[in-house]
Amino acid sequence: MIARTLREFSRALEKREISSIELTRFYLDRIERYNPKLNAFITLDPERSLAQAKEADARIAAGRAEALTGVPLAQKDIFCARGWRTSCASRMLADFVSPYDSTVVERFNAEGVVLLGKTNMDEFAMGSSNENSYFGPVRNPWDTDRVPGGSSGGSAAAVAASLAPAATATDTGGSIRQPSALSGVTGIKPTYGIVSRYGMIAFASSLDQGGPIAWTAEDCALLLNAMSGFDERDSTSLDRPKEDYLRELSSEKGGKPLAGLKIGLPKEFFGEGCERGVMDRAMEALAVYRELGARTVEISLPNMELSIPAYYVIAPAEASSNLSRYDGVRYGYRAPEYGDIDDMYGKTRSQGFGAEVRRRILIGTYVLSHGYYDAYYLQAQRVRRLIANDFSAAFECCDIIAGPTTPTTAFRIGEKTADPVRMYLSDIYTIAVNLAGLPGLSHPCGFSEGLPVGFQLIGGYFSEARLLEAAHRFQQATDWHLCRPTAFDGV
Amino acid sequence: MSLTRDQMRRIAYLARMEISDADAESTLERINEIFLGLIEPMLAVDTRGVEPMAHAQDLTQRLRADIVTEMDCREAFQAIAPETDAGLYLVPRVIE
Repeated sequence: MIARTLREFSRALEKREISSIELTRFYLDRIERYNPKLNAFITLDPERSLAQAKEADARIAAGRAEALTGVPLAQKDIFCARGWRTSCASRMLADFVSPYDSTVVERFNAEGVVLLGKTNMDEFAMGSSNENSYFGPVRNPWDTDRVPGGSSGGSAAAVAASLAPAATATDTGGSIRQPSALSGVTGIKPTYGIVSRYGMIAFASSLDQGGPIAWTAEDCALLLNAMSGFDERDSTSLDRPKEDYLRELSSEKGGKPLAGLKIGLPKEFFGEGCERGVMDRAMEALAVYRELGARTVEISLPNMELSIPAYYVIAPAEASSNLSRYDGVRYGYRAPEYGDIDDMYGKTRSQGFGAEVRRRILIGTYVLSHGYYDAYYLQAQRVRRLIANDFSAAFECCDIIAGPTTPTTAFRIGEKTADPVRMYLSDIYTIAVNLAGLPGLSHPCGFSEGLPVGFQLIGGYFSEARLLEAAHRFQQATDWHLCRPTAFDGV
Repeated sequence: MSLTRDQMRRIAYLARMEISDADAESTLERINEIFLGLIEPMLAVDTRGVEPMAHAQDLTQRLRADIVTEMDCREAFQAIAPETDAGLYLVPRVIE
């Protein structure tokens, strides 16, 4: 039963081989059994989930089912869901029960998808290891002494351990792709503006983008079909015709399915700083892509290295502005004792935010402050342009850019917490994609010393269907994406 | 350059975030590591003539018709507030 994809569940539901209630109970049982070992979910409401499943079954019986009606889905705790605690893994919102639905949740509700629970994450999505959660770290199902990656660590771990068939996630500097790589699952960060940010708690608004995590590229396409599309309520939502991200997947192609595809290999992704085991798996993945008909060409993204400093100015600057809303007045945490109003703000915010969030707010406030704005913030924005230009130039000579998603496999819990600079470098291959606003996908491509390795595909704007197709063809030729950690095999 | 303790206090005040004396030293140390180890090298890059990029898409802000689209949700919204009275949010006295 557990070796099934969302697509297969969706078909089984349609044929009434299984009911949504049975499927939801099955996952809720697994969560009850295994979540204490992983801490992937931080809010569950089985009654509410089962009520949704019951409704979905009625809808299927009435012949009004859509593609995802009745399938259970985990939501990253960054997406507001009416009546559900939506904490962003922060003490600041630890008691916040959302009075409204995010657009993403609303769209899944409209399709009859069952909300299985809210997944753990780094506080306000700031982190690469899921150790910055007010509710404690998430553990990697492949080795519970290790991190699952972050910030969407709960979503990635839940899917990897089959506590959910799929999950939503968000990606500001790699937070979908990096945990997908470290946990051995598939995830896609779409082009900026494809998935509505309405009701998705803001971290760095010019970089944040929602997307799915699942076992397969096909499931990601299915989920993206439901999540994406223009939304009046998000001022940066792109008003363009609705796409079917499955369209390229089912097309029958004679000969080699990826014939004609030109994959660019940036020399900056294949140089020093990448673990041997990760690099070996990446080279093997490339060999598979070549067998499928793709050609590879060496390219360069000369300003890649600058993406980390540019990001760690721009993201904190936007965060310091976004997080100024948490003032203890309208919702969220308020310090129990205080004097005047400044004291109330100061105490509320220092008690409500964790150390990493406080640090980034301070950095952001500094780089935006009088006298430093030009030197730091404007300079970072200019460097951002250089990075985006590098990608435009690269896509003149190739269709897709590929390489390892991360320089290492999952690291040990606590290994990098004392050294933020080292922690930040684990996003070296993913961050530039957010600065440019491009789509990026990570899929499993094997193991190094028992830990999953992820392979990243980056495309031009709006090339999601192409990235998903390439990953899908890879997954038809390999079975890395179906490998599951044996410790969570029991039913 | 690195941040001094006084500068950090000033920034913390601007961000309305109290920093306890116990935390001040380690916070300052970490922030300076980030600035010196990570951000500083970027400042030397020649970006003359490069247009700053604020956003991934070159968009102009959409306008919408000036009509009511949301219902009155005051009760639902105030139900989750730390302190309210008669439809108002309560804060410590600001004007004597």
